[in-house]
Amino acid sequence: MAQNPNNRRKFDVYAMTWRLPIIIWQGLFFVGPIVFMIAMSFFLVKNYRMTEAFEFVNWSKMLSRNYFWDSYWHTIWIASLSTVCAMCAAFPAAFALAFKASDNVRRLAIFLLIIPFFSSYLVRTFSWFVILSENGVVNAMLGWIGLGPYTMLNTTFGTLVGYMTLTLPLVVILQTLSMANIDKSLIEAARNLGCKPFATIWRVIIPLSKTGLIIAAIFCFILSFGDFVAPFYLGGSQEPTLPILIIDTTKSGQQWPRAAVVAIVMMGTLFAVAFAGIALAYRKASSK
Amino acid sequence: MPQKSNTRIQLNRRDLLRAGGGILLSAPFVSRAWAQTTEINMLAWYGHGEPDMVAEFEAANNVKFVPKYYAGGDNMLALISQSPPGTYDLILSDGEFVQQLNAAGYIEEMDAGDYPFEDMLHADFEQFPGHWADGKLYSMILRGGHLGVSYNKNAMTAEEASSYEGFWKPELKGKVGHFDWHLPSLGMMSLKNGNGAKLFDLDDAAWQAVQDTTMSLRPQVGGFFDYGGTFNGLKNGEMQAMCGIGDWITGVLERDGAPVASVIPKEGGIQWTESYSMGIGTDKGEIVKKFIQYMMSPAGQVKSAQMAAYPGFCVTKAGRAALIEQDRPEAERTGQIDGMANDPITLIKEGKIHYRDVPKQQDLEDWNDFWSEYKNA
Repeated sequence: MAQNPNNRRKFDVYAMTWRLPIIIWQGLFFVGPIVFMIAMSFFLVKNYRMTEAFEFVNWSKMLSRNYFWDSYWHTIWIASLSTVCAMCAAFPAAFALAFKASDNVRRLAIFLLIIPFFSSYLVRTFSWFVILSENGVVNAMLGWIGLGPYTMLNTTFGTLVGYMTLTLPLVVILQTLSMANIDKSLIEAARNLGCKPFATIWRVIIPLSKTGLIIAAIFCFILSFGDFVAPFYLGGSQEPTLPILIIDTTKSGQQWPRAAVVAIVMMGTLFAVAFAGIALAYRKASSK
Repeated sequence: MPQKSNTRIQLNRRDLLRAGGGILLSAPFVSRAWAQTTEINMLAWYGHGEPDMVAEFEAANNVKFVPKYYAGGDNMLALISQSPPGTYDLILSDGEFVQQLNAAGYIEEMDAGDYPFEDMLHADFEQFPGHWADGKLYSMILRGGHLGVSYNKNAMTAEEASSYEGFWKPELKGKVGHFDWHLPSLGMMSLKNGNGAKLFDLDDAAWQAVQDTTMSLRPQVGGFFDYGGTFNGLKNGEMQAMCGIGDWITGVLERDGAPVASVIPKEGGIQWTESYSMGIGTDKGEIVKKFIQYMMSPAGQVKSAQMAAYPGFCVTKAGRAALIEQDRPEAERTGQIDGMANDPITLIKEGKIHYRDVPKQQDLEDWNDFWSEYKNA
């Protein structure tokens, strides 16, 4: 059957000029490494050297170890906790910046929130040692009112502080931007119709900024889930997370293939969480 | 009052081109001058390629060390195995990994006549396990140190620290740290179980007992740390006792006045040793040999004993004598004076120190697996 020439898709040089760089980039630096990592998970290590093979021994070895699953569930738990904490801590600040602050103040605040990213995350993490140690600033202040000293480093609390250092500024920015774009007349309409302030937040603001809020949460979860620095340096590797397990696995006998298994499981989990989150974010409200 | 100069440097286009051309034309000479400096690629634990160790030799011999640092014997073997022959001219290795380096053909044969074997402090250092094969020398022992109970003197008494039992002191709950490497920590647990010289040669029952003992320590443990973390933990008081280390870390802190120390407990301690080898395929054998000879000389041995990153004891008599003469406080602190109770050589002779080794009856992987399980417990 002859095709209608008007419907035939033409090769658009202009469009491809813009599309090709990102396609090539993603192919070289995302798809390529993932394919190699998947292949590597079937390789073997002999005398500290990887040899090409197609064996399932790395998968069976890692997935049958209790410590792998302990690390897996612990990482999910602590990344989820980090996400909840960051979302809750960021919301009041983002709300104030979106609805209470002037444009100038909001711009300044967003600039200030970006500033932490100018310095190394590792340096920012190490600075917490001075603040959180038993001889540190927080315990010294608590000591003045007869409290403490409390152990904060090498605990789950320490890990969470590290995660907040990494994620909180970003979450505040994303929440602020998503709420700042809400049509203010809708909020005014809700108030005029008798909606109380908290109900306005719950029934108007959160639903209208849902997409941005969920994306902020996804970013927070992804960054926390994959972070090595906070659980290692501030959490003292107590209950190792999956990134720590990857490091341990590569250190011990150079088992890169087994580390690849852990990494693939991590990526699978993150893909699932990200897709579920995005599906939720863009789901249309069901009509009643 | 000083006058402001009115002189201004003005460059017109011609001057600029002339200056640029001059720079371009002189570049080959500059690069040739740089090329005269021989680069020595070194694979070592952190600190061995730092100025306090190599600057003097570099200046005297117009060489430049290019260090690649690793942490742990596994890491070292992996780096070598993934590099072509000739990548590393000089390799500093833990003593127990030399035999694996040699078995894999990663190191060159050395001439024993080039080194001061007649001056060794202990006969073991002359024929160190794995350093010789078929009567040929493959590695030169450089330094050593002991691992035992490392502790904060404000939290533990010397008597409590005189046994590995001290790690289980109720007041230390959550305050015992581990250096995050299974060999020294599990070796110590093996010593606590009374395995003595056979600490790494465990049958199934003894290995299970070591695992049980280690697991019983888990509630006391406050974290697992790398070098920096261990250092910080002891310094800021977060950790009051450390398992798996020795004077190589507390010595640095002690020199800074921190109230920490390391002792060899009654169950015995573990000795780490470090040795220099020449990488296979190196074309800088002569200058590498000269550097190893320098490090084995009294001056080199003193540098090693005073190394900023982590101290180690001398292995030659002349080195020890030079240390006593040049830095008696450090020699006294580390017991490197004949007749002192904590003289490392005396401890070896009395059988209180055992050389660190790899597991004899289990795969290294079994120990690794248990270590991961332990960390997750």
